[in-house]
Amino acid sequence: MSPDSNPAAPKIKLENVHKAFGPKPVLAGLDLDIGRGESVVVIGGSGTGKSVMLKCVLGLLRPDQGDIAVDGEPVVGIGGTDRDRVLKKFGMLFQGAALFDSLSVWENVAFGLIQGEGMARDQAKGVALEKLAQVGLGPEVGELDPAELSGGMKKRVGLARAIATEPEIIFFDEPTTGLDPIMGDVINDLIVECVRELGATALSTTHDMASARKIADRVAMLYQGRIIWAGPVAEIDESANAHVDQFINGRAEGPIAMEVLKP
Amino acid sequence: MTLVTRFLATIGRFFIAALETLGRIAIFTVTSVLHCLQPPWFLRLIGRQMLSIGYYSLPVVGLTALFTGMVLALQIYSGSSRFNAEGAVATIVVIGITRELGPVLAGLMVAGRVGAAMAAELGTMQVTEQIDALSTLSTNPFKYLMAPRLIAGATMLPLLVLVADVIGVFGGYLVGIHKLGFNPATYLNNTVEFLEALDVISGLVKASVFGFLIALMGCYHGYHSRGGAQGVGAATTNAVVSASILILASDYLITEIFFAK
Repeated sequence: MSPDSNPAAPKIKLENVHKAFGPKPVLAGLDLDIGRGESVVVIGGSGTGKSVMLKCVLGLLRPDQGDIAVDGEPVVGIGGTDRDRVLKKFGMLFQGAALFDSLSVWENVAFGLIQGEGMARDQAKGVALEKLAQVGLGPEVGELDPAELSGGMKKRVGLARAIATEPEIIFFDEPTTGLDPIMGDVINDLIVECVRELGATALSTTHDMASARKIADRVAMLYQGRIIWAGPVAEIDESANAHVDQFINGRAEGPIAMEVLKP
Repeated sequence: MTLVTRFLATIGRFFIAALETLGRIAIFTVTSVLHCLQPPWFLRLIGRQMLSIGYYSLPVVGLTALFTGMVLALQIYSGSSRFNAEGAVATIVVIGITRELGPVLAGLMVAGRVGAAMAAELGTMQVTEQIDALSTLSTNPFKYLMAPRLIAGATMLPLLVLVADVIGVFGGYLVGIHKLGFNPATYLNNTVEFLEALDVISGLVKASVFGFLIALMGCYHGYHSRGGAQGVGAATTNAVVSASILILASDYLITEIFFAK
C-alpha cells in the first residue's frame, strides 16, 4: 500500500460525508476534492459545520456516513499506527490558536518536532526560533508563556507550530476571526507565504471574504451540510448562485434565512 | 395511553443514557490503562504529576491524618472505658488508621484537591481545542495526558497513605500520652504488638485503587467536558463527586476481599 500510488488523485477527497450531533444534522452529503498543492477555502456562516468538516478529515470526529481519502487512502475509522502516519502529513492552525498553556512559546512550536519526530530539544529549539522568525516574532517571544501573548501573536505562534514539521497539508480554521483587519491581513500574507514556501496543500475555513479572496485558489461554499458552489476565486463574483451572492455581499435579505425571530 | 408510552419512553431514555455513559467510561478506562502499560512513557510528565499528587498533597493529608488519629484515640477511649478495655486504645487506633481511615480520608482529600484540578485542566484544554491540537501534532492525548496522571495517582497515593498512617498513629499517641495518661512505652508496645502486615498492606492496596480512581475520574470528566466555562465547572464537580463515591464503594469491596482471608 503506497500512499502516493496515484499522483493524479486529489490530495484530499470527501465523498458524501454525513455527520449529525444528536438529531441535528451538520454535514449532509458533503462532497469536496482538494487537489495537490491547491489552496481551497470553505466559506459559510457560523455553525454550518466548517470546523466539523476539518475534524472529520483529521479523525477527531468520525463521520456517520461517507468516505474521506487522503492521497487516495481511506482514512475514516483508521487507528493506531496508520492514523499516526496519516496525521504526520497534517498541520493545523486552530481557531483560538489552541496553544498549550503549560508550555512556553518555543516549546509549543517545537512540540511536533520533539514529540512527533523525536528531535533533540536543542535542535528543535533552533527550528522553533527559525519558524517564529518566519512569522515575524523575535527569539525573546519564544521564552514567554502563551498567556502573555496578544490575539494576533497567538495566531502567529499557532501558525509557526502548524508549519514547524513542514507538513504536506495545512488546515486553517478561521485564521482571521477575532483579529483587527490589519492583523488579519498580516496573517493572510503569512499563510500565503508559508503555504507557497512549503508547497503544501491548504484547506481553510472562514467567513471573512477578504481573507478568502487572499488565500484561496478555489472557494467552496458550505450551506446546510453540503457544498452548494465551488469554483476559482476569480469567479466568485459571477457565481450566479443567489446563496453565494448573499454571503459574499453580507446581506441579511436573501435565500439564506437566519434563524432570528422577528418582533 | 400516550401518557403511559411517554412515561415508558422517559424510563427507556434514561436507561439508554445510563448505559451509554457506562460504555463510555469503560472504553475510556481500557484505552487509558493500555496506554499506561505500553511504552513510550513520558517520564518528565509522570514526574510532574507525581510531584503534584504526592508531594503537594502532603500538608493536607498530614493534617487530616493527625486530627483523625487524635479524635480516634479520644473516641475509642470513651467507648472502651465503658467495659474497662482502655488498654485496647493503641491497638484499635493503629488498626483503624491503617486499614480504613488513612486510605479513605487521604483518598477523599486528594479527590478534592487533585481530581478537581485534573478535571479543570483537561476540561479547559478540551474546550480550547488543545486536546485536538495534541492529536494533530502526532501525540496521543491518552499517552500524553491520561497515562501520566493515572500512573502517578496509582503510585503516589500508597506513599501518601504510608505517611498518613505514621502521622495518624502519632496523633493518637499524643492524645494517649498527654490527655489520657497512658505510659508512652506501653502505648507504643500495644501499637506495634498486635499490628499485622496485612493491616498495612490492605490499606496500601486500597490507596493505590483510590489513586487510580481519582485520576481516572478527573481525566474522564475533563476529557468529556463540553461548552466553555460552565462545562468545565460541571466537569470539576462531577470528577470530585464520582471519585468520592467510587472510593467509598470500592473501599467496601476491597475490605470484603481482604476480610475473607
